[in-house]
Amino acid sequence: MSQTGTLMGFVHRRRRGAELFLLVLALAVGIGAYAAVGLGVEGAVPADIIGYGGWLTGLIVAAHITVRIVAPYADPVLLPLVAALNGLGLAVLRRLDLTYESLGDPHTFARQQLTWMTLGVVLFIVTLVLLRDHRVLQRFTYTAGLLGIALLILPFLPLVGREINGARIWINVAGFSFQPGEVAKVMLVIAFAGYLVLHRDALALAGRRVVFVDLPRGRDLGPILAMFGVSMMILVLQNDLGSSLLFFGLFLAMLYVATERAGWLVVGGLLFGAGALAAYTFVGNVQNRFNFWLHPMDYYDASPGSYQLVEALFGQGWGGLIGRGFGNGFPERVPFAYSDFILSTIGEELGLTAIMAVILCYGLIVERALRIALISRDGFGKLMAVGLGTIIALQVFVVIGGVTGLIPLTGLTTPFLSYGGSSLVANWVVVALLLRISDQARRPTPRLDPVDDAGEDSETTQVVKLR
Amino acid sequence: MNKPIRVVSVFCLVLFMALLVNVTYLMYVRADTLSDDPRNRRIITATFSRERGAILVGKDAVARSVPSDDKYKFQRVYPQPMKYAPITGYFSWYGQTGVESSQNSVLAGDDSRLFVTRLVDMLSNSDPKGGNVQLAANAAAQDAAWEGLEALPGDAQGAVVALEPTTGRVLAMASTPTFDPNKLASHDFGAVADLSKELNADPREPLINRAIGTTLPPGSTFKLVTAAAAIESGNYDADSQVPGGYRFKLPQSTTSVGNYDGGNCGGRRITLTQALQVSCNVTFMSLANELGVDAMADQAEAFGFNDTSLEDLGGQAESLYPRDLDPPQTALSGIGQSSVTATPLQMAMVVAAIANDGDVMRPYVVDEVRAANLSVLDRTDPQSISKAISSTTAEELTTMMVATVDSGTATPAQIPGVQVAGKTGTAQSTADRPPYAWFVSFAPADNPQVAVAVLVQSSDTSRSEIGGGRLGGPIAKAVMEAVINQ
Repeated sequence: MSQTGTLMGFVHRRRRGAELFLLVLALAVGIGAYAAVGLGVEGAVPADIIGYGGWLTGLIVAAHITVRIVAPYADPVLLPLVAALNGLGLAVLRRLDLTYESLGDPHTFARQQLTWMTLGVVLFIVTLVLLRDHRVLQRFTYTAGLLGIALLILPFLPLVGREINGARIWINVAGFSFQPGEVAKVMLVIAFAGYLVLHRDALALAGRRVVFVDLPRGRDLGPILAMFGVSMMILVLQNDLGSSLLFFGLFLAMLYVATERAGWLVVGGLLFGAGALAAYTFVGNVQNRFNFWLHPMDYYDASPGSYQLVEALFGQGWGGLIGRGFGNGFPERVPFAYSDFILSTIGEELGLTAIMAVILCYGLIVERALRIALISRDGFGKLMAVGLGTIIALQVFVVIGGVTGLIPLTGLTTPFLSYGGSSLVANWVVVALLLRISDQARRPTPRLDPVDDAGEDSETTQVVKLR
Repeated sequence: MNKPIRVVSVFCLVLFMALLVNVTYLMYVRADTLSDDPRNRRIITATFSRERGAILVGKDAVARSVPSDDKYKFQRVYPQPMKYAPITGYFSWYGQTGVESSQNSVLAGDDSRLFVTRLVDMLSNSDPKGGNVQLAANAAAQDAAWEGLEALPGDAQGAVVALEPTTGRVLAMASTPTFDPNKLASHDFGAVADLSKELNADPREPLINRAIGTTLPPGSTFKLVTAAAAIESGNYDADSQVPGGYRFKLPQSTTSVGNYDGGNCGGRRITLTQALQVSCNVTFMSLANELGVDAMADQAEAFGFNDTSLEDLGGQAESLYPRDLDPPQTALSGIGQSSVTATPLQMAMVVAAIANDGDVMRPYVVDEVRAANLSVLDRTDPQSISKAISSTTAEELTTMMVATVDSGTATPAQIPGVQVAGKTGTAQSTADRPPYAWFVSFAPADNPQVAVAVLVQSSDTSRSEIGGGRLGGPIAKAVMEAVINQ
């Protein structure tokens, strides 16, 4: 944190105008894509484009105004990125709705997603308004941790827990199904950040050096072993390699940042490697996923097989550089094109260009999150920003890597794009937290030193005064 | 904590770079492989529902897409189905053959040469339209070839190939029995699958394009290659005295082989011209024996054996002249027996090379590729593959072949007022099946415009009638006349 001292003289600008301009671009993406879907699939601009566009604009403007009032120094790029991705996701869902409807299997994914987005933006606003300082969350370290674990366990409980498509990651409350894991990850970031900021010294300083690597003390291994246990539980009980990797990777990254010791990465990496190997050996599902990844074409007709992945690869290959255009592809050939595989729909109809744009948007979100971590003035904020950024990076990598055949396929949603209320709402809250931390980080520091007052506005004055 | 945050940033950068590289690999580099996968229904459905370009002969379409009122929007129709089936192939839900397959990217509109058209289609949001393919075929020659094969008595199997000697363009390519591509292009997929099964099971192999896909012993037509090798060796010309007689005793063997008619070819010593005129087996076995397997194989390969030459049509079988023949087999190869096999296209290339001063031209069936707006995108340039024989050898052989048509075994191909060069062939297969009848020729001898090879594989005609040019000659004559009289 010594670096922050050098930043003291520099005052961040608010850049709310820039954010507004970027938001206009983001809305153009969202509403333009919606119009293109209508033109491509039905041959006409959708009749409800005014209502839809108005609603979307309303949500975004509300979010923007909230940021203007309660977090004026927040990062100006995050909100537009998220708005663009969410708008594009809505348009793609609308496109899938139209196809499913023509096949006699009507869905209202887009409408439901818009409802969820509304809820997400409301929670975004509530978070920003109620949470004026993110450090308050540090008080809830253990509450958040327990809540996170509880949420992860919920799907196993009778009555509420539900298994959908082989993964037991859902709960059913009052007719709504919900993925508690999405909320749990936010809780766990808060818990980890709170825990690590307190115990970082003990974790960082005690230990032995073995062949250039500082290994931690045995007694400090407790939390990492606990987290490893939770990850393995998710892997084995929920059959969910993606979430398992996500939680453990998140924990390791935060542990590394808190302690500045690469030794933790070695220990964690070995643990997870051993766990994954054990899972590969003993859990048939994991083995299958591996085989489908290595030889997707060989399992096309098998059951369980790689039909979904191969169809997605076919679709993306067919999309090529610029895609087939909305309405000219066959995204319905890929099962779950609206959730895990939404990216293959984008690849097929909008091409490599759009996929690259989407990946870059995610990359920028992560970059903004890590930048917030760099400039944040408090350790808790730093750790939270790192955690939230890492979670988005890992989730995007795992799901896009899986859909494009880079790594074995695991079931995770694509943040902001996939259909799924829990994911969307949770991710909007993640953005709110990031904006809150960045607002704190970029806000000019209160002047404690009265001598400084004279040269408040001008650097030149300060320099002259120094001489 | 900032140092590890930077490390984490770099790690995330690596993750995202990996994603970008992989997705580029998938959607750009690997896209073609994925498109070629036969299980990729997207490609099939898309090409099936698109306004596919036409395949044209002259100004007439031999394959075109017409609007249909079902969900596939367009139906492929073939106005002259059986006649052009060997060239066009078929376009069915289950796959394509022939030009439909080899020019698929153009016809479907996916070809990179159609990029501008595709861009315009995309911007105007209209469905992509395929480009047209202009065949090299000559409608009159194709008519003559097809009618000739159809007129064969009984249950004949045969093929005709006509080439333009100077360019290699395929003027005609017909095969019988064949199939109706209209039925295979039907949108009633069940019926198509049944028909396809039936055609595949048919012992007469109607799906095979015999003109390029069937290799059989070329028989006496191969004597042209033997004669070419002899003259190229420098020891012989058209007037050289060569051995004749009743029988030739195979080396390292007690077997002796006689002439087809049991005669003595006109004496113990005859000229090479006379030997070709009467198709003297003894002469050409002794020449092949004397030249040896290497010289014979070199000459055969110079004409295109042991290789495939056709690039714009699939299904070409390799014509073979094995290099490991023992001396008795080498002697037999001189008359196109033993393990020597050739496609009709290969024999047409042999005579076309003789007609073209010894230059073997690469045969091609596609003349031009055009965009939907008829602008020419690509035109096939005639390409010489090899110099099989010197032009003097070519002249000598031409003189000998003209003599064969004027007063030899190939008289059925005579055209009044035109000098025709030709050679017959009859090859043995098994004793219980009729021999194969071959006929190769080109005309006019002094300014060759067309070279033809005809194969009649099996027919209910009696054995005696098959020999000589009685079956193949008239077909070759009709095809040559069709080209010359234009």
